[in-house]
Amino acid sequence: MISRIGFNETSSVKSYLNHFKAALIIILICDFMDRRKSIKALLIGTAASGVFVEACKNSDKKAVAVSGEPFHYQGRMAEEETYLKRLEAGDKFFTEHEMATIIVLEDIILPKDEVSGSASDAKVHDFIEFIVKDMPGHQVPVRGGLRWIDVYCLNHYDKPFKDCDKKQQLELVDQIAYPIVKDSLSKTDRKIKPEMAQGVAFFNKMRDLVMTGFYTSEIGVKDLGYMGNVPNMWNGVPDDVLKQYGYAYTEKELKECMSPDKA
Amino acid sequence: MGDLQIKKTAKKYDAVIVGSGAGGGMAAYVLATAGLKVCLLEAGADYDPAKDSAQLKNPWESPRRGASTKFRPFGDFDGCYWGWEIDGEPYTQAEGSAKWEWWRARMIGGRTNHWGRISLRFGPRDFKRHSIDGLGDDWPISYDDVKPYYDKIDKMLGVFGSNEGLENDPDGIFLPPPKPRLHELMIKKAATGLNIPVIPSRLSILTKKINDKRGQCFYCAQCGRSCKIAADFSSSSALVQPALETGNVDVITMAMAREVITNADGLATGVSYVDKKDMQEYQVSGRIVILAASTCETARLLLNSKSTRHPNGLANDSNVVGKYLHDSTGAAVGGVLPQLYGRKRYNEDGVGGMHVYTPWWLDNKKLDFPRGYHIEYWGGMGQPAYGFGMGIQNQNGKYMVNGKIKEAGGYGAGLKEDARFFYGAGVGMAGRGEAVPDIKNYCEIDPSVVDKYGIPVLRFHTNHSDYEIKQAKHMKETFKEILHNMGAIITWGGDDDAKNNYGLSNPGNIIHEAGTVRMGADKKTSALNKWSQAHDCKTLFCVDGSQFVSQADKNITWTILALSMRASEYIIDEMKKQNL
Repeated sequence: MISRIGFNETSSVKSYLNHFKAALIIILICDFMDRRKSIKALLIGTAASGVFVEACKNSDKKAVAVSGEPFHYQGRMAEEETYLKRLEAGDKFFTEHEMATIIVLEDIILPKDEVSGSASDAKVHDFIEFIVKDMPGHQVPVRGGLRWIDVYCLNHYDKPFKDCDKKQQLELVDQIAYPIVKDSLSKTDRKIKPEMAQGVAFFNKMRDLVMTGFYTSEIGVKDLGYMGNVPNMWNGVPDDVLKQYGYAYTEKELKECMSPDKA
Repeated sequence: MGDLQIKKTAKKYDAVIVGSGAGGGMAAYVLATAGLKVCLLEAGADYDPAKDSAQLKNPWESPRRGASTKFRPFGDFDGCYWGWEIDGEPYTQAEGSAKWEWWRARMIGGRTNHWGRISLRFGPRDFKRHSIDGLGDDWPISYDDVKPYYDKIDKMLGVFGSNEGLENDPDGIFLPPPKPRLHELMIKKAATGLNIPVIPSRLSILTKKINDKRGQCFYCAQCGRSCKIAADFSSSSALVQPALETGNVDVITMAMAREVITNADGLATGVSYVDKKDMQEYQVSGRIVILAASTCETARLLLNSKSTRHPNGLANDSNVVGKYLHDSTGAAVGGVLPQLYGRKRYNEDGVGGMHVYTPWWLDNKKLDFPRGYHIEYWGGMGQPAYGFGMGIQNQNGKYMVNGKIKEAGGYGAGLKEDARFFYGAGVGMAGRGEAVPDIKNYCEIDPSVVDKYGIPVLRFHTNHSDYEIKQAKHMKETFKEILHNMGAIITWGGDDDAKNNYGLSNPGNIIHEAGTVRMGADKKTSALNKWSQAHDCKTLFCVDGSQFVSQADKNITWTILALSMRASEYIIDEMKKQNL
């Protein structure tokens, strides 16, 4: 039997967790499984995730908080750890100017709206800083593209991109944010000037990185509405969704498939 | 560190086992439970899913948001150490060979920590393919020989599924399968309309508890990360740990086997290995030696174990060791289901894999290729990972978003609307089929290259034949039909043709490699007898995929487990009779 404790119900736990900046791992120790000295540890997740409680057979459970580095969880290979520590200890890749430009760009790509915060709220730029070190193939296209937009703005507005006003920034972005894609529905007569083609390629890449960085962040996953990654009892497609699409389980499926009453 | 020398372990074991995956784990468990003293050598690190799994982590808890690395090619949270390339352990390709892709895990439990859990019994026809189509060879055993072991394993390790009375996809002892997901209901309707059967899948996941030691699945869809409560089968949690609990097993991790030691009579008497922790050489002795290092590594060990009695490599009088190497075939098509755009959100995780699948349904006599394939399906609202949202310009310009026509690409709040709108509408399917084993497909010892331990490496020589290419063509045609019938728009995999072998995966890419130390009744054309025992060396057994004569349209793990249990019981019996 598993019951999920949502954030509404555990405000005391939540505030306790919020006191820790480093990833906090909550370990619920229960004798759910008899293995190796009769103790089974069930690792639940970090402070940022939903917390759940596994109701143990003998309901003897304690909560123990253990602090740890977020990316260096137990189970990393020695070689992985060495590599990750080397990346983290190394110099930053982007200069302050480049990073400031990335932050402006990312919020143009994914601004705050009524549903969720902006890309900078989700610290997408920190993800980008890491990912170009982890995947060096991104380095030249991103660095070169940042310089490309700066040179364009210097030529047109006497200022680098990040120091231009919003109107000027969007004047440029509007010229590079719309690649020509086959089978497009839109019958726009927008043309890409030949000398802007590299800008289009750069903006595609920045859009890719910002989208991926945002939608794998806590803010972005919540925005998307992904509801998984939590222990539950799968009991099929919800009835209203079945009705919406005109599907139903067969008698055979209802009889033989797992359901809560068969637990 | 001191001078380099060879240290011989004083303790003499009943069995020395190389490899702790499905085959090795099962052998260790059965032998240790019977009271035999076992030394289990594992080339990789210790691994315990309960402690080491990344299960239930969120995407942002990986600095690369779950992207793949050379350490974990299937993703940053995946439960497998190493994969296509291992530092210091190269392998080579022969001229004229297609690219062989070789996956090697290095951990307790091997690939069973991250595998797909697809647990399909071979059917009666799968043991007698030569008798049916004149190609390849028959196994020296039949389904009836293996059925008692499939039954035992179904009960001991647990598998969900349904009994459908199919002749060549036999009934088993199944736990209840999970209800199909929405896209799976759509696939079922579309495929059934084309007379393609869609039935519950058969995965080694515990939808109900089977004992007090292992948990019951809680549907996080992360079997691939390995399961902290052992609700899915991993050799690490379900075999090696119980084996250790008997007190009869010594596990040595980070032990790279170098060769099998034989005595003057040519009998296998132990294994020499290098301990990766102190980089010293060791030897451990046993009454018998069981190899389960995975198909190619086992062949490599045998070929590297040359002696006066076995000048061609151990157990290789037949000269077939390394040969008849085969893998499942693979081809896939994917797309989007516009009817699912803007879909209602709910937890759609389910188990870590498909809830339905399609077993081979046609008669090959009426087709232009000899062997069948099964179909695997995927789709739905999965956990976002690195790559999510990339290339959105290929969607938001081609489909109306909430009734609006947009320009491809773009920026701003509209992009967020697009991401929400398109989420969870992907769908895809892949075939996993039977290749015809061919003596011309093989691995051998490279004459000039050694790995960092000084062990000669493998050189591969493999090519697909027309049999597999035509099968892939059929897969593509079938998948496109199903997808069209579902109202899906195909977005990848639909344009393959003869020029690229219809998208047929490179050999080795499906990671079901088998056949290199095949069993057979004839010592001249096989290396093992029907008990997985070497013809030329009665104290040597091979219980991984190497022993397979052919591999069916069915993932081989369940059969590896059954055959390993069977061979282990034979060993116990032979030891009692003092034959070993």
